[in-house]
Amino acid sequence: MTSLPLLTLMMVVPLVGAVVVAALPAGTARLARPLALGASLVTLVLAVLAWVAFDSGSDEMFQLTETYSWIPQLGVSYGLGVDGIALALVVMAAILTPVCLLAAWDDVTPVPLGDTEDDFAQAEHVAATRTKRYFALMLVLEAFMVGVFAATDVFLFYVFFEAMLIPVYFLIGLFGGPRRQYAAVKFLLFSLAGGLVMLVSVIAVYFAGPGGEDGFLVQNLVGNVTGSPEALRWMFVGFFIAFAVKAPMWPVHTWLPDAATEARPATAVLLVGVLDKVGTYGMIRFCLQLFPEASQWATPVVLTLAVVSVVYGALLAIGQTDMMRLIAFTSISHFGFIVLGIFAMTSVGGAGSTLYMVNHGFSTAGLFLIAGFLVARGGSKRIPDYGGWQRVTPVLAGTFLVAGLSSLALPGLSSFVSEFLVLQGTFMRYKVAAVVAALGIVLAALYILLMYQRTMTGPKPSFPDDATPRDLSGREKWVVAPIIASFVVLGFYPKPVLDIVNPAVDTTMRIVGVTDPSAAAEASGSAK
Amino acid sequence: MHSLLTVDGEAMTAGAATGAASVAWLLVALPLLGAAVLLLGGRRTDKAGPLLATGLSWASFVVGVVVLFQLLGQAAEERAHHLTLWSWVPAGSFDLDLGLLVDPLSMAFVLLITFVGSLIHVYSIGYMEHDPDKRRFFAYLNLFVAAMLLLVLADSYLLLFVGWEGVGLASYLLIGFWNWNPAYATAANKAFFVNRVGDLGLSIAIMTMFISFGGVDYATVNEGVAGANQSTLTAIGLLLLVGACGKSAQFPLQSWLGDAMAGPTPVSALIHAATMVTAGVYLVVRSHVIFDAAPDAALAVALVGAVTLLFGAVVGCAKDDIKKALAASTMSQIGYMMLAAGLGPVGYAFAIFHLLTHGFFKAGMFLGAGSVMHGMNDQVDMRRFGGLSGAMKVTWATFALGWLAILGVPPFSGFWSKDKVIEAAFVGEGWQPWVLGGAALVGAGVTAFYMSRLFFMTFQGDKRWTDDVHPHESPLLMTVPMTVLAAGSAFLGLLLAWPFAETAPIVSWLEPVVGEHGEEHPVIAVPLLIALTLAFVAFGIFLAWRQYWQAEVPDVAPRGSVLTRAARVDLYQDAVNEGLFMRPGIHLTRSLVFADARGVDAAAGGTAALVGGFSSRLRRLQTGYARSYALTMLTGVVAVLGALWVIQ
Repeated sequence: MTSLPLLTLMMVVPLVGAVVVAALPAGTARLARPLALGASLVTLVLAVLAWVAFDSGSDEMFQLTETYSWIPQLGVSYGLGVDGIALALVVMAAILTPVCLLAAWDDVTPVPLGDTEDDFAQAEHVAATRTKRYFALMLVLEAFMVGVFAATDVFLFYVFFEAMLIPVYFLIGLFGGPRRQYAAVKFLLFSLAGGLVMLVSVIAVYFAGPGGEDGFLVQNLVGNVTGSPEALRWMFVGFFIAFAVKAPMWPVHTWLPDAATEARPATAVLLVGVLDKVGTYGMIRFCLQLFPEASQWATPVVLTLAVVSVVYGALLAIGQTDMMRLIAFTSISHFGFIVLGIFAMTSVGGAGSTLYMVNHGFSTAGLFLIAGFLVARGGSKRIPDYGGWQRVTPVLAGTFLVAGLSSLALPGLSSFVSEFLVLQGTFMRYKVAAVVAALGIVLAALYILLMYQRTMTGPKPSFPDDATPRDLSGREKWVVAPIIASFVVLGFYPKPVLDIVNPAVDTTMRIVGVTDPSAAAEASGSAK
Repeated sequence: MHSLLTVDGEAMTAGAATGAASVAWLLVALPLLGAAVLLLGGRRTDKAGPLLATGLSWASFVVGVVVLFQLLGQAAEERAHHLTLWSWVPAGSFDLDLGLLVDPLSMAFVLLITFVGSLIHVYSIGYMEHDPDKRRFFAYLNLFVAAMLLLVLADSYLLLFVGWEGVGLASYLLIGFWNWNPAYATAANKAFFVNRVGDLGLSIAIMTMFISFGGVDYATVNEGVAGANQSTLTAIGLLLLVGACGKSAQFPLQSWLGDAMAGPTPVSALIHAATMVTAGVYLVVRSHVIFDAAPDAALAVALVGAVTLLFGAVVGCAKDDIKKALAASTMSQIGYMMLAAGLGPVGYAFAIFHLLTHGFFKAGMFLGAGSVMHGMNDQVDMRRFGGLSGAMKVTWATFALGWLAILGVPPFSGFWSKDKVIEAAFVGEGWQPWVLGGAALVGAGVTAFYMSRLFFMTFQGDKRWTDDVHPHESPLLMTVPMTVLAAGSAFLGLLLAWPFAETAPIVSWLEPVVGEHGEEHPVIAVPLLIALTLAFVAFGIFLAWRQYWQAEVPDVAPRGSVLTRAARVDLYQDAVNEGLFMRPGIHLTRSLVFADARGVDAAAGGTAALVGGFSSRLRRLQTGYARSYALTMLTGVVAVLGALWVIQ
């Protein structure tokens, strides 16, 4: 089992798939979508194998490791491996990619410029080419996402971190909405700016570390990054800024709403649901694990930013009239929660944050994709253009509500467990921060249910020429089913994820050198 | 073994569940299965769905009865069974199993919920017969029953919270069941929002429990109370009270209940009268160990109850909408229960007692109101009712029993339970018995007035019907459940109080959970108190009789006094909420949206561009070709690699 380089394969399969899809000759273009889906499903199988092979009782920091020397002169290795946190995110990416491919099935449609036969043929040809590109880019993105979570070499991580931008840039810039160019460039500039700052820290880490031919390996760096407190703090800040942009946190969040609304829903899911988790994942892997002291030094500021993000994102979401922007702002609020749990530095908050990353991936996927189905039918992203759709497309409305309830962390659904754990973990150390962030619970009810009310309730709308929109198709139901299943299963049985996450959180806390505040400290005695 | 400390330190152990109690999970699973089948089955289940849902609800009741008999066959201190189902949230130092607790308190609720719930399922088959969406309606009803049972059977506060918001969801879905009417959709949202405010209190309470006691299951919490400091316990108690206020529509989180009457009437009967809204009382009684140790928090509970019982009663006097008048009454009656629960050991059993009898008589009256609406083209304005006693004999008779019960006329149910609450409210020292008892006593008189007003305006006096109505009695599917509930309104109180026994059966049944009841004496002698109460009640009936039966009732409400006008708009509750929260909130979000686009975006964008060194080229890049960006990036990576090489 362990002899199989599962993590590398999880990158190779989608990359090969992407090349094959992109290179399909003109006559076989209709194979592009099934082939892409097939490649992503094979990757999912590999992810399941990785899950099975992973031993949550192991003492090793990383498992399924593959380490080869790459540029020994610079200390760069091709190092892959996962702990529980990385594995959970890799598996989430592997599940969401096929879901998104299926959701994106009809995203590219022929747009004839006239009504002659030639025009139609021309449009068909363009659509076929664009379809190939679109699906190939999503597969490339999947490969890089696996790589960024599985990299155990800081430099390799950086390479994937930047490489991810390329497919996302094209996915938004070539396939997005009317302001796609603006959104794509804004996304790119913010990310590159963050990336450059991080690069300085990446280089500095090498010199502050033990050095040598594998001096960029996290395993070698942990506990061995030395230097003056000031220097380490600057390095921390370099990483943190990049991750804060990616996560995104207030006040560097402003690229996200534009990117999310201009991108196709499936792209938005991969971007917000999976790729942005690199930010919060990076905070654990690099900020906390490489700079324990600096992390504690920065905690008050980070917690403040996190709490501001929670409340600010929620308030902004309430004020949106564009459905996709609204969902993007809910994510800013949710990312605030995740960062809060990470920097609370308790076992409860850490486990909660990781679980939150997974659950948020699914609930955001639900919101973006189902909103996308609605927009495909109604032809507008503006909330005021809707109303009464529950009576037109009841299944769509019902699933949209369920996805919304997951986003507002309804107990019984998965997000509740993670949101509660984050708040509980924070409350153990920082009561005020937790209580203010808990306001997000009330605000979440407002933004979700107001959106539902404005789009789905009210008098049944009338449609011209009997062109009443259809309810969810079979394909769309297959998109929604795994997402909703995850809400219920992880809501009542999050144990499988928590079991693999807990040891990694313990390791992180040990590296940082913190322990949970004693539960009985508050009460003066007989607590269990 | 989990031990539950009772007040005086006598341990009641909850052993691992045996016998019927070991399948107590079926109580929740059966209606949940119904909801799942109806929601996922789609139109295929349109026909059989309602019957399936009703059958599963009854099946849950049968399981409840079997478990009840098991408990009855056991010694009082062995009547608690703990059932661990699976490891739920093992996250670091927070490690919680998902488990159920079957004990006398939860069983009292299980029987109320499943019995009244099943009757209302039956009633709904008739009431919702012509609704095209009735499958969805029954799915939600089943979902509600499952969530409510989870709420009362949970063995931890976190699992209780799942049921707690689960019933809130069912309530939201059912209030908005006819949400093509925008006002109804708004009412549904309002209920959810106000409840979320309350739930914020409950969640912070749970978090405080964990850091104070090291766990959030009842056993751990109850064990930890003894060693906790007073201020922590008071804080937890007050936070629990905030949660209870939201769910039970207690002051100041009461504003949603009146609007919730937008839901179909069976929903009003089941959720917004008999069961869900009483969950706050359950929460307080379930947490009695905390409140026993935090008298300030307990006093707050009693005061909230006293204020709400008067608030609801005053509002009830002015409402002309039959359902809204009943809703105000529900709020007021739950105020009585909260008052009792806040009184401590002397009140817990009576809070639950009144909750049970109220569950029967108020559900019965709501179903009666539904039956009236059924016969009157869905009208709800009592000024257009009158003289219905002849046209709807069964409805009239069953409603009359409910009316007598809520008034507290002996020997009907409410007499036994409400009178006990009033007596308990007069127990104590200093100002408390006079204020709390006085509120309860005055409330009884006002209750008699507004309930008699409602009854007379609907069933007695002149017929003020609009021309298009032809009142008729409802079908058997509706009248049979009404009759059963009316029988409960008549006799349940007597059965549970059973004055010929040494201790009332309800008191001795709950004693293992809530502790020794204790003999305490009201500041006014009991016989005198009973006489006083009855005098207040008689006076209330007399006033209503003079004004709404003997005198002519105008079709359009007269202008009324200042108090009447205030009561009609629920004592300005919505105006206050809108002025204090809604309008400033809207203003805040609008300004933030504006500021985000103009300020934050510009600042962040500018900084990012500067840091990236793109400031001057920003414009050119934006118009450039996509490929050049990729190239730039690749060049960057190569350059960095080269630079590293050189440094090395």
